[in-house]
Amino acid sequence: MQQILFILLLGATGYIAYRQYSRIYNNIMMGKDYNVTGSSTERWKNVLLIALGQKKMFKNWIPAIFHLFIYVAFIFTQIELIEIIIDGIFGVHRFFAPILGGFYTLIINSIEILSLLALTATFVFLYRRNLLKVPRLVKSELNGWPKLDANLILLGEFLLVTGIFTMNGADKVLQAIDPGHYPDTGYLAVSSWLGPALFGGLEPESLMFLERTGWWLHILVVLGFILYLPKSKHLHIFLAFPNVYFSNLEPRGRMENMPEIMNEVKSMLGIEVETSSASSDEIPEFGAKDIFDLSWKNILNAYACTECGRCTAVCPANITGKKLSPRKVMMDIRDRAEEVGRNMLTGDMKYAKTQDSTGTITLNKGNYDDGKSLFDYISKEEINACTTCNACVEACPVLIDPLEPILKLRRYEILTESAGPAEWMPMFTALENNGAVWQVSTERDAWTSEM
Amino acid sequence: MIKVKTMAEAAAEGIDVEVLYFVGCAGSFDPRAQRITKAFAQLMDIANVSYAILGKEEMCTGDPARRAGNEFLFQMLANQNIQTMNNYGVKKIVTTCPHGFNMFKNEYPELGGTFEVLHHTQFLNMLIDDGKLKVDGDYYKDKKITYHDSCYLGRINGEYDAPRNLIHHLKADLVEMNRCKSNGLCCGAGGAQFFKEDEPGEKRINVERIEEALDTKAGIVASNCPFCITMLTDGIKAKDEQDNVVVLDVAELLIRSMGE
Repeated sequence: MQQILFILLLGATGYIAYRQYSRIYNNIMMGKDYNVTGSSTERWKNVLLIALGQKKMFKNWIPAIFHLFIYVAFIFTQIELIEIIIDGIFGVHRFFAPILGGFYTLIINSIEILSLLALTATFVFLYRRNLLKVPRLVKSELNGWPKLDANLILLGEFLLVTGIFTMNGADKVLQAIDPGHYPDTGYLAVSSWLGPALFGGLEPESLMFLERTGWWLHILVVLGFILYLPKSKHLHIFLAFPNVYFSNLEPRGRMENMPEIMNEVKSMLGIEVETSSASSDEIPEFGAKDIFDLSWKNILNAYACTECGRCTAVCPANITGKKLSPRKVMMDIRDRAEEVGRNMLTGDMKYAKTQDSTGTITLNKGNYDDGKSLFDYISKEEINACTTCNACVEACPVLIDPLEPILKLRRYEILTESAGPAEWMPMFTALENNGAVWQVSTERDAWTSEM
Repeated sequence: MIKVKTMAEAAAEGIDVEVLYFVGCAGSFDPRAQRITKAFAQLMDIANVSYAILGKEEMCTGDPARRAGNEFLFQMLANQNIQTMNNYGVKKIVTTCPHGFNMFKNEYPELGGTFEVLHHTQFLNMLIDDGKLKVDGDYYKDKKITYHDSCYLGRINGEYDAPRNLIHHLKADLVEMNRCKSNGLCCGAGGAQFFKEDEPGEKRINVERIEEALDTKAGIVASNCPFCITMLTDGIKAKDEQDNVVVLDVAELLIRSMGE
């Protein structure tokens, strides 16, 4: 009975997860091509040091240590999860215990100690978010779902650890009663005393019920977690890795070149252009207005963001009370990608821009229009406040680049809409007329006469 | 009286100059920044550097245009500069502005302008190391100096040491602000912000930064960027500290230490 239920649950979770994660993949791929440059050795090194090794987290020791507890506990618990899946499918109990012997004891002990550390971290994080109110964790862009999301995950963490200790604790007591069915796990750092202390003297039936409850709680939280992640900031536990791998290896100070404009300018100046691109009659749109104009790397960045706000905490504009928050920019990109992805899935032709002569219309990324854009999420006031100082880029523990989309939005504002802050217009005019940022009456080399 | 040659003059005289000094808009036109330009030119003169400027042929590097989003204007300016510099066969550039430094280093190569680029703080270090420039006065000995990392030299191009080394040569007491090096706080000028009013907020960025500098109790705030220097000087005025604290480029510190 339990076996059938387990297999059904596992299958259903697998199926729903496959659909959810494919949906996210498709949303990310709504973005433009991104040229993955540089050596893959360096990319793997980044994955090793920055994603796996959490190198950048250690700019700030306190959250880094507690985050490490949860992270290592999470990885170690996967070993136990393999056993749970085997036990669940084949209706056996602690399949690895007799096979691995002393090594099994070591693994379960590691999990117990790490679970205890993770539990401590859970309380510390709940405290930091809800009582201590660390500034970056209570900013306005987190109001509503993001705040609830963060707390729900911490609650899930608490339930998971409760499950583990209920399961192991009851098991430990049962081992003494029925060693035939409950193989000896050896001495367990927590459950060997917590189990007898809490559950000692209970009827075997109650103990078995408790053991099963712990076991099911554990696996249900895990399965629930898998299905919950696509809606959550905690997707970073998976996406941090590809995100770090695909992060930009080019120098920080290099903005993405726009070859179409470069070539046009070069031919205007009479400079030979190496590759002549075929000219089209369409009026080109420059910069980014919507998801489709960003690169898939930009959208991957948004899905990998765990809303920790280290970027916003160091943003000079945000620090001085301006509306710009790099974290919000990333959250907005994800929200917009979700919205567009959802609308596309409906297949509703009201989202199609045009229909061809035969009257057939298809809904795809080249033909999508819902009357909205990224600018419905991110205001001009926000993007115009950026000093391009790269503090946000430096701060991100998983190498997200919030600056790139901001600059792409600016390009759209200036190049396609011919809009932008009014004070920039005299600068542009001065640059056009005399190649200087100011309208000046003196010569460029006037200072030399005063030497 | 120092004669600053242009590349055109040098070419006419058949002189092969070693390095082009790209002065930039601020260094050419802004009276405050001109003082940095002159200080650096003087230092190069003392060190007998063979250099020239582009003079009237120089144009804005295009940094503020590109960061504002005006790619077209950036391409116009950058390609003209590249044409000019390639015509003169320029190999090596030194700038007194980290924005220009960044453009030449990171953005011009893709457009066909490949040069060896040095920021003046790096160049001055080399001159001292080569023994061409002697910094041995005690003018700043044990004086408290705090140093502001410009974003485009520091966090963006990873150069934190060159300017600090120069301050050490002055035997000054370098006191760091809380936010320094890769965590340095912007002065508020980058990304073409210098050319517009701040977006609505509670405070100006330069004031936030200068408060941190004032916390160090240093009498001198040193930096490496003409825009930072203007922003920080404005910050000092906003805090009414202009009689107690002075903002100077590292090149200015060097020239003053020599009693020039």
